[in-house]
Amino acid sequence: MAPETLALDSKEIGKKFGYSYAVRNVSLQVRRGEFVVLFGSNGAGKTTFLKVAATLMRPTSGTLAVEGFDIGSQPEEARRRIGFLSHNTFVYRDLSPLDNLKFFCRLYGVKDSEERLLGILERVDLKARATEPVRAFSRGMQQRVGIARALLHDPSLILLDEPYTGLDARAAQTLNGILDEAVAAGKTVVLTTHDLDQGLRAATRAIILDRGTVVLDSPARGPGIREAYTRYIHQGDGR
Amino acid sequence: MKPVAAIVFKDIAIEYKNKEAFSSMVLFGLLVVVVFSFAFEGSDRKALAPGMLWVAYSFAGILGLNRSLSMETDNDCLQGLLLSPMSRGDLYLGKVGGNLAFTMLAELVILPFFVILNNLAFDTSLIWIAGITLLGTLGFVAIGTTLSLISAQTRMKEVMLPVLQIPMTFPVILSAVQATSLVMSGDSSGVAFPLSLLGIFSTVYITASYFVFEYIVEE
Repeated sequence: MAPETLALDSKEIGKKFGYSYAVRNVSLQVRRGEFVVLFGSNGAGKTTFLKVAATLMRPTSGTLAVEGFDIGSQPEEARRRIGFLSHNTFVYRDLSPLDNLKFFCRLYGVKDSEERLLGILERVDLKARATEPVRAFSRGMQQRVGIARALLHDPSLILLDEPYTGLDARAAQTLNGILDEAVAAGKTVVLTTHDLDQGLRAATRAIILDRGTVVLDSPARGPGIREAYTRYIHQGDGR
Repeated sequence: MKPVAAIVFKDIAIEYKNKEAFSSMVLFGLLVVVVFSFAFEGSDRKALAPGMLWVAYSFAGILGLNRSLSMETDNDCLQGLLLSPMSRGDLYLGKVGGNLAFTMLAELVILPFFVILNNLAFDTSLIWIAGITLLGTLGFVAIGTTLSLISAQTRMKEVMLPVLQIPMTFPVILSAVQATSLVMSGDSSGVAFPLSLLGIFSTVYITASYFVFEYIVEE
């Protein structure tokens, strides 16, 4: 039987800034359809790891593949399969949500029909304001445009870095609904958050990073998650 | 080439909406031309005018590059571009295309004012000057686009860009001034040498930047 292609396969990934490691020897195998939540205190290496996985950062050591495509030798193929959302939305404030989505469609080489894009904007409750400049939107609304941008090309691996930052309850609910649909459709989600309950809501697997290394990797409903969270994040914060 | 064109059109669309870069480039370029025109009153205009024109173009160009950079750093939009499945080299070409479009447009507005204020003739030499402007501007934005990204990673990015840009584009500016000077003097027989220098520098800057761009933009 052929080996299963992993959604994300990192081997001994390390990332150094100056003399210190932000991520050290992280080996992580994420199967297709998994919903993985990464917890960690500030500076634990969550964002760095996701940025390496999203090909935004070059790792200092190790290899990482997305859906079987190595990010070093086939970065374009890997990026085509990744949807990345962070607390920054990466959308142009001078353009409308519709113009932003049309632009990113052209970058990804996907269909940019207005009908399809309005459908995506409807999913994030922004259809009625599709042609207004993003500059006029609240933080939460801008983040919803960011969600639409991240999922525009129907990525199979969704990477979310603190996606709930700045979201109001309604927008957080919209995001949760979208993530639930994505998981039901067999997509893979890797999410970082500080919020234990929000993180464990739909996750199938929980990982805790501490000072750049994985200190816990367990099923999300497994025993000891809350204790480990308290130990490494509450008590470890500001170390 | 679709993503390259998409970036160029996106830059034009944003500029069309806010007109920030174009208006500041034109205004600043015109101010330089006006100030120099009065400052050099009574001097040999034909000798000084080419330098004056390229100083105006350079200052306006640096303003445009700074604005183009802030368009991408605002809201971390550059990261959004880097996430797309296009090569870093194509991203560079798209940004060069956008920067070239604005800078050329601003220069096309500055040029007639320069001709009027310096009592020059609207004749065929203007076509030559427009050609030299295109080639010189290409070299200017080719390296400027890369340097603006390098300066973005420093603390004093607005200051750092001109500090890096002016020395790096010195050969381009010098060749362009020389070519403009020859055309304005009516003796265009020696213009081939500065024009070929402009062509060589533009090619070197574009080729080198195309291949090193990924190391500049990735953290």
